[in-house]
Amino acid sequence: MTMPATLPGRPLTTRRLMRGVSAEAGLLLIGIPVLLWTLIPIYHMFLFAISPKDAAFSGQLWPEHPTLRNFEIVLNQQHHFLYHFWRQMLNSLVISCATAVITLLVATTTAFAISRLRLKGGRIVMNMALLTYFIPAAFLAVPMYKTMGVYGLLDNDWSLVLAMVTVASPYAIWILRQASDKLPVELDEAALIDGASPFQLFRLIYLPLMVPSLIAVGTYALLLAWNEYLYAFLLLSKETAITLPVALGNFLSADDSPWELLMTAGFIYALPPAAIYYAFRRYMASGLTAGAVKG
Amino acid sequence: MTTAAIKQDVRQVSRGLALSPRQVWGLLFVAPYLAIFVGFVLFPVGYAFWLARDPALYVALAHDPIFLRTVVNTLVFLIVAINVKMVIALLLSGFFTHRRWWVKVLAVLFVLPWAVPSIPTIISVRFMLNPEWGVINQLIFSLTAEDGPNWLNDPTLALALSMVVHIWKSLPFWTLILLAGRLAIPHELYEAASVDGAGRWHRFAYITWPSMSTLYVTCTLLSMIFTVGDFNSVYLLTGGGPADLTHVLATLGIRYLRLDQLGMAMASIVCALPLVLPLVYFMMKRLSK
Repeated sequence: MTMPATLPGRPLTTRRLMRGVSAEAGLLLIGIPVLLWTLIPIYHMFLFAISPKDAAFSGQLWPEHPTLRNFEIVLNQQHHFLYHFWRQMLNSLVISCATAVITLLVATTTAFAISRLRLKGGRIVMNMALLTYFIPAAFLAVPMYKTMGVYGLLDNDWSLVLAMVTVASPYAIWILRQASDKLPVELDEAALIDGASPFQLFRLIYLPLMVPSLIAVGTYALLLAWNEYLYAFLLLSKETAITLPVALGNFLSADDSPWELLMTAGFIYALPPAAIYYAFRRYMASGLTAGAVKG
Repeated sequence: MTTAAIKQDVRQVSRGLALSPRQVWGLLFVAPYLAIFVGFVLFPVGYAFWLARDPALYVALAHDPIFLRTVVNTLVFLIVAINVKMVIALLLSGFFTHRRWWVKVLAVLFVLPWAVPSIPTIISVRFMLNPEWGVINQLIFSLTAEDGPNWLNDPTLALALSMVVHIWKSLPFWTLILLAGRLAIPHELYEAASVDGAGRWHRFAYITWPSMSTLYVTCTLLSMIFTVGDFNSVYLLTGGGPADLTHVLATLGIRYLRLDQLGMAMASIVCALPLVLPLVYFMMKRLSK
């Protein structure tokens, strides 16, 4: 059964054409504001990045003399706010990759134990993770800062990695557990009858089947750590230890900040997560929303 | 350690604890998460409660006008921003179900605010709102020949704009979730309804909403829990200013920390628990099945 309007071979009357046009116009009436709303802050940032220093505030839609000079200054670290630009980029990269890897390790093993090994008390572990997921991250930040002080990890990359793993793993465990609950039980039984140890089951059967969800969760943890500001600025303070968002935040507290360079560096920093998101979009959409839809 | 050696150990441990080897393996597999949980959730939370144990702190909080203002701000933020955002997300998720090439392209672009880091984009908005050289007031001046408002210097406007930034940043995520919910509704229902002559409103009221209301409520509550802790939208746009009048609970703790009032920071978070715990209890019941 299809709607009459889409039946093929029906003569094209003026009325139907008008209806089609008005439906299209109605959609555009929503689509265009959505497009503007989404892109204006990002375009504004880009505009700053390609404008010469004095022209950035002229309020034009496109600068009269677009320039790549700002990018040159940032990439060559030619301003005292940016002397450690590459070092800070590297910190961000190392911290977010480490967060993704460790989150994957921790969350996969936990989901496997709860869902496939039917660990006694697995439910309790799951509820602990869920409860952690519901602690607002900003509330945990201050205690986490003090805790890292107790452990002697402040100003050490590990403090941010461990904090981000703590924040990312509950959601990761939840998503992975739901994905692994969907795998057929017969697989495990067959493997165990064949004499596989739970570890072999995990490595040879479970992991390969979970690859799409693992990509989704890994990307989620990677982006979370790359984009993090609050924990990064609490836990790291040395110029050479901070991630780039903290360095950008430091611009704000100075009076003579070069705004166009701040926007340029910010624009560069926003490119990798956008690219990663688009590369793994398919996995993200199905992997991450699957969990929420079931609830 | 080789796998064989681990196996040997597991066998010994399982005999000692009278557990099946499978259970011992299970414990081995959850051990890393348990370590993270104890070290970075249980210990910090316990430590926070210990630091916030002095009743005098709560008296001091109750006498701090900034704290009371912050509680009101947080409630307004939660009730207004989240509901506005979720209603828009619900409507937009309907828009994104249309099959047009340009709607697909738009859906891809639409996710950008969520995918990119907040700090450069929120600062970009902050520049747009600058009263002297920001693009918005320039536009107002060229259209009306009058000066625009000093946006972030007015506590009400500044808080409202923080909410706008919050919506800008997190709308895509919730729209996608609700879109997934809409796409899960069997298409036959809509076809049957249009054969019966149901209009757009009836299809929404009798098919879409009943299938999505649980998801919608879940998303709203989740978003509220997350937003109590939305630090970036407020801190990066207003910094809590002017005169500390736009703080929310998420930024207030950091303010006390910077003033070296650690006890106050912890106590302000403990005070937020009556707000958060009912939401958490409800969500736990809903999700831990």
